[in-house]
Amino acid sequence: MSRETVLSVRNLDKVFRAGGLFRAAADTRAVADVSFDLHAGETLAIVGESGSGKSTTARLAMRLLDPSSGRVFWKGEDVTGLNARALRPKRSHIQMVFQDPFASLNPRMKIWHTVAEGLRVHRPELSRAARRDRVAETLRLCGLDESAMDRYPHQFSGGQRQRIGIARALIVEPQVLVLDEPVSALDVSVQAQILNLLKDIQQQRGLSYLFISHDLSVVRHVADRISVMFGGHVVEQGRAADVFSAPRHPYTEALLEARPIAHPAARMDSRPPKGADEGLARSGCSFRPRCVYARDACTGFDNRLRDDVVACLYPLPAEPSARD
Amino acid sequence: MRHTAAMLEIRDLSLAVSIQGRPVEAVSSVSLQLRPGRVLGLVGESGCGKSLTAQAVLRLGEYQGVARTQGDILLDGESIFAMSDETLRRMRGGRVAMVFQEPMTALNPVFTIGSQLGEVIRLHLGLSRRAAMERAAGLLSGVGLQDAGSLLGQYPDALSGGMRQRVLIAMAMAADPDYIIADEPTTALDVSVQKRIIALLRGLQRDRNLGLMLVTHDFGLVAEMCDDVAVMYAGQIVEAGPVGEIFDRPAHPYTQALMACRPEISRPGEALPVIPGQVPAPGQWPQGCRFAPRCGRAGPDCRAAAIAEYAWRDGAHLARCLHVAEEA
Repeated sequence: MSRETVLSVRNLDKVFRAGGLFRAAADTRAVADVSFDLHAGETLAIVGESGSGKSTTARLAMRLLDPSSGRVFWKGEDVTGLNARALRPKRSHIQMVFQDPFASLNPRMKIWHTVAEGLRVHRPELSRAARRDRVAETLRLCGLDESAMDRYPHQFSGGQRQRIGIARALIVEPQVLVLDEPVSALDVSVQAQILNLLKDIQQQRGLSYLFISHDLSVVRHVADRISVMFGGHVVEQGRAADVFSAPRHPYTEALLEARPIAHPAARMDSRPPKGADEGLARSGCSFRPRCVYARDACTGFDNRLRDDVVACLYPLPAEPSARD
Repeated sequence: MRHTAAMLEIRDLSLAVSIQGRPVEAVSSVSLQLRPGRVLGLVGESGCGKSLTAQAVLRLGEYQGVARTQGDILLDGESIFAMSDETLRRMRGGRVAMVFQEPMTALNPVFTIGSQLGEVIRLHLGLSRRAAMERAAGLLSGVGLQDAGSLLGQYPDALSGGMRQRVLIAMAMAADPDYIIADEPTTALDVSVQKRIIALLRGLQRDRNLGLMLVTHDFGLVAEMCDDVAVMYAGQIVEAGPVGEIFDRPAHPYTQALMACRPEISRPGEALPVIPGQVPAPGQWPQGCRFAPRCGRAGPDCRAAAIAEYAWRDGAHLARCLHVAEEA
């Protein structure tokens, strides 16, 4: 497959320095040696629990945060060293949609101003009338009536606000959307509307999505490929269908087993899963304290992906039939 | 007193919230029964009134301007609205305990786990400080927390989300309640922790024959834990019945649509079935069937007048829908 690579990151590291008056300084390596490519027209999902580094990775890819090391490429161009001013004209390539559509909209701005903001930067030659036309058209694409333009954010429901958030991102005609938990704050019935909308827009415009989520049911529905993150590292990556049918990393397996069941008939004993709840190891394999397969050698593991697939010394077999 | 069967019963309860100084109906004529040893799921989307209903059982809404306009709540036959302040205080956390969604905000950050748990125990059981600490340590082990002794001296911010939720469950168990109200107890937790908290709650509920009311938006959680289900929409119960019935033969178009739009039962890449429009806010409920504007089957009759509950299977399954009544 020789599709264009629209976004790639190489060996990204992000260390947050913490510490202050009452605490000894302690650095947190939120993202460690993360690499991936996003191709034209596909959806790559980054999955993980809170603290896994998935949202930090998204912000690094957006260049909203500076990496401690590693490189970010937009459409093949290295944008790692560019400052905010140099980045601005390039930002029309990659736009972001946030989890909380209310917090991300300015409550004092009419919807049309909020959505049109990007045009003022990226299409300064457009007249006010032309801008309004573009806003109306984009709102319609996102399933909103034109009359939304002259209203304020508080006059909309959560689902409608997320449509506005998507319209604001789309107005500058990006190739890439970074979606950070775009449906997590929404009710189930509204979630389905937004997931369908994202899929329609992707097909119409050939967009690429970097889809950040903790919800495996949602990811299974939208993703072509998946990167599973744990403790700042990518611990497994692959085609979504493969990862769901035959997870290679014990963490991926645990995540899949923890998915909610669809019918009471699938109810298991109330036996809790084995291994620890939470937490990670500071040295060796970071998943070790929670891993039911951990062995002595895992204490010396470097958490790097093997064959670009799985970061585990004793991965699970690639063929589901080879199990048990 | 007519009968005193062990039961928590909500009877024809209506509640009003205050919006810009005016009372607006937010819960309409809700009736529910919870017996010891059963798990009842109260399911619905945001704004449907499920949390208000659950909080009413402890009369918690009164502090936020929620007023009862109709109906009653009976705890083993006794009206909670007739209780004295002292009886009410003993009932809360005593016979009926609550587990909230946000384990961080429900714990006080400036007191240790031991002092918060000990306070609940001493209030309800009248134990000495020392005996309360012993019981506290026992409760923490009982919810699967290791090294309970040293946990007692720690502050909430030293604990992970999952540990805090276990502490809150231990706190709810402190006075051996008969009923527990759990409002989205796993929503704020990571997936892998959710499953463990579910197993813990289910285990405690079975071992102690608790009546558990689980308030949730998540049908996965209902599938996992509940014996009975009540689905709420726009302040009303629109369907109720045993969990197997509701999953196999959902009768109300709203329940059917909610079940169908779950991504976990979808085919990857295909469009999900959706419910058009959005949940109407209190004060904006339509005449007649409140779901009618979003329902593909709604006709003039549905919009004409309020819809009564229709019950079948000896009253075990009920739905508030004209079509269900017609087809039966």
